[in-house]
Amino acid sequence: MSASINIFTTNNTITFTCKGSWTLEYVTQLSRKLTSTCKDKNVVFDLTSLSDFDTHGILLIIETIKKLQLQNCQIKKVGESEKFISLYEVCLSNFPKEIKHPDKHGTIGQFFYTFGKNIVESKRTLINFFSFVGGLTEAVGKLTINPSQIRFKAMFYHLENSGLKALPIILLTSFLIGVVIAFQGAVQLEKFGANIFIVEMVSISVTRELAPLLTAIVIAGRSASAYTAEIGVMKITEEIDAMKTMGFSVWNFLIIPRVFALMISLPLVVFFADIVSIFGGMVVASLQLGISFEEFANRMQESVEIKHVIIGLVKAPIFGWIIAVIGCFRGFQISSSTESVGKYTTISVVNAIFWVIAMDAIVSVFLTELGL
Amino acid sequence: MSSVIVAKNIVTRFGSNIVHDGLSFEIKKGEIFGLLGGSGSGKTTLLREMILLQKYSSGSLKVLDIDVKKLKDKKANELRSRWGVLFQFGALFSSLSVLENISIALKEYTNLSNSAIEKAALMKLKMVGLPQSAAHLYPSELSGGMKKRAGLARALIRDPKLLFLDEPTSGLDPKSARDFDELIVALRDALGITVIMVTHDKDTISSVLDRFVILGNKKIQFLGDIEELRTSDNENLKEFTNGK
Repeated sequence: MSASINIFTTNNTITFTCKGSWTLEYVTQLSRKLTSTCKDKNVVFDLTSLSDFDTHGILLIIETIKKLQLQNCQIKKVGESEKFISLYEVCLSNFPKEIKHPDKHGTIGQFFYTFGKNIVESKRTLINFFSFVGGLTEAVGKLTINPSQIRFKAMFYHLENSGLKALPIILLTSFLIGVVIAFQGAVQLEKFGANIFIVEMVSISVTRELAPLLTAIVIAGRSASAYTAEIGVMKITEEIDAMKTMGFSVWNFLIIPRVFALMISLPLVVFFADIVSIFGGMVVASLQLGISFEEFANRMQESVEIKHVIIGLVKAPIFGWIIAVIGCFRGFQISSSTESVGKYTTISVVNAIFWVIAMDAIVSVFLTELGL
Repeated sequence: MSSVIVAKNIVTRFGSNIVHDGLSFEIKKGEIFGLLGGSGSGKTTLLREMILLQKYSSGSLKVLDIDVKKLKDKKANELRSRWGVLFQFGALFSSLSVLENISIALKEYTNLSNSAIEKAALMKLKMVGLPQSAAHLYPSELSGGMKKRAGLARALIRDPKLLFLDEPTSGLDPKSARDFDELIVALRDALGITVIMVTHDKDTISSVLDRFVILGNKKIQFLGDIEELRTSDNENLKEFTNGK
């Protein structure tokens, strides 16, 4: 089947003879042929040999008729079937008015609009974040008064999932970091004949800075995203509302177990990361510089103060707090759409990593100023 | 009248769990046909088999005279262009506005001009009873009933011969549900489409459906219209007849 239109013009009358199937498939083809420029004429639509039609075909006819009427044409339809009339009536009554599209700003306007919107939103997020932290502190305070309310089961679950299960990947990366630091250092130190300083170099940099930072970044990637998505989906499926109506505290059930789990597990994981990365350094030192494991260990005991290790371990729970709080906070920002799950999960990981590094810088400067 | 869907001895198995054990029925052109049954009786599974979302284990199922068992991609897409599906919760694409949701099939599959697509989409929007001001809203800003209407407009955009509805009135308030029923009947009358719906709604069953099947116990328990059901003597099935 196909569709066609014959246009027959006499003095004062134009006849459009519509043939075949006026359906979606042929509408574009037909619309090209259907001219609508004529003034003050009688127009006849002959629909006798129309074999099939749908709303798209009829919409085309209605549009053409409307255009012709604007040009003072008299319209007549002949040979229409009953089915055609009823569908025509439906389409005519539903013929859309012109629609206003939402205002679009120009490029510069758009830039300032987005800029301003971002600032307003950032301000609101900041206030919300502070109130979230305040709420958390209050909830923790209540828990210290009444420790029996602590959800140990949930906490251990998150300890296992966010801490223990992250151990393999963290040990592997830490080992490699130890190897890389020692390897790069070895080349430089050999030039001075200061081979033995590899011990200080690896031990201090790794225990004080690199192991905690790296662990925090890996955990941020694993757990901040998981927390955000978990809480967000719970919000979408109204689980959180259900909990609230049953009188369960969201803080005690969802947030505090996660925050505590990361604050406890991070120092533990960092401790292992310290050991493995120093071991990585030892391997390189013995292969590259001929310093045996024993020499390495002795030198470490003599010249590397324990404070470096402690500083690294003290930073870990702070990082854990940052990651868990940001992960949970972003989770509660997720609204009903599927898109926002992806959006806030991404934001939460980026935020968590950024604030971990920023906090590391702050602590680093602060402690150095203190002379530690 | 010719048949739009012909099912013969459909058997569906999930592992060792048999869902359908030899279903045979026909759906005629222009009917509003219901798939009824208790929870877990496989109504939705049957619907999903008709729209190529799920495979049945044996038997034959013809939709618009095409056997859906071993369908090539091209043929399957041709078939898909001849039906519209409304999912239970609308299943609107959340990243697109209502107007974009309705017009996406035209944009992807036809060479219509943008203004023609917009006109057609707006007409369908109006046909399903949504105000034009809803055109630029996003699905997250719509109520449940509006989502269903928008989903219906999306299903109707290519003027399908067949319309599948999965629980069209569930989750709507009684007034909206009756309006939706009326809308479906009006659209059937105006557009001459065949409607196949899964439903639980007793009012829909008695006022809208021309014929229906009741599934239960892996078999067809009943096939016919509401009057036949009312005069039948099976007490279990009478639950579907509004208790009258």
